[in-house]
Amino acid sequence: MLLTFLVVTALAVVRLRSLFAVVMLSGIYSLVTAGVFIALDAVDVAFTEAAVGAGIATMLMLGTLRLTGHRQVAPRHSPILPLLVVTITGGVLLWGTRDMPRFGDPQAPVHLHVAPRYIEDSPIEVGVPNMVTSVLASYRGFDTLGETAVVFTAGVGVLALLGIGGRRRRDTDGDDQD
Amino acid sequence: MNNDIVLTVIARLLIPLILLLALYVQFHGDFGPGGGFQAGVIFAAGIILYALTNGPQAAMRIMPPRVLTPLAALGVLLYGGVGITTMLLGGHFLNYDVLAHDAVHGQHSGILLIELGVGVTVASVMLVIFFAFITREP
Repeated sequence: MLLTFLVVTALAVVRLRSLFAVVMLSGIYSLVTAGVFIALDAVDVAFTEAAVGAGIATMLMLGTLRLTGHRQVAPRHSPILPLLVVTITGGVLLWGTRDMPRFGDPQAPVHLHVAPRYIEDSPIEVGVPNMVTSVLASYRGFDTLGETAVVFTAGVGVLALLGIGGRRRRDTDGDDQD
Repeated sequence: MNNDIVLTVIARLLIPLILLLALYVQFHGDFGPGGGFQAGVIFAAGIILYALTNGPQAAMRIMPPRVLTPLAALGVLLYGGVGITTMLLGGHFLNYDVLAHDAVHGQHSGILLIELGVGVTVASVMLVIFFAFITREP
């Protein structure tokens, strides 16, 4: 049911030309994805998806629209080649999933590698009830440090490119047209 | 900026709750879903709602960008600092066992500190990016 809703939203995003509606639909898409994650019992991921995908990302897209304009320019080339590439890639991906273990299979490699050790030892070693937190913050502390550094770098990058109130100050100084 | 009374009143009711939820998610992340990243994003969303209803200038008065930028760096520094501290105390980098006399207590305080670092960085970076977008003239 949720997945059907996702497909309908994605098709609407492809068909629409009004970028404002597309941004709103992509927010809805993120919210439905969060619902899918909740159905899969991945509450932490759903939390992130709802807050970042449906909240902040939608706001930033709207901020971008304010700067760029609301209508998508009609494409000049024919859609045959991109459609072909997408169809072939999708076909290859679908073909690749045939080798994957069945969904929820307890014998899948991902459930036999390090997960049993985390599940059995983290209550004794870390003692935090939310196992996701103990994996993220303790066992995989390096990865989370890297992610934090990535977020910080993104902020530095945006500041370096846009600055805060950057162009307005220059315009009030002189009457040059850039 | 926006004179719609319904929006303004509802936002005024919601913003304290959103900020409170952010703090709850931040410090309750060990027990329930969530953690520093989610808390930072929720906090930023609360301030963004304020900016949307009261105007970006009002939001930039309570969260000045020149404070946010050092805060973003401070979060990463706090995270790395915990790692360095564990090394100085004789453990491996980011091995929180040595932070307290008991390994489990050390893990608890280590996780609390690094989640705080993540939350501070994420909240300030999200707000800085938002302000950079919204204050730019087309």
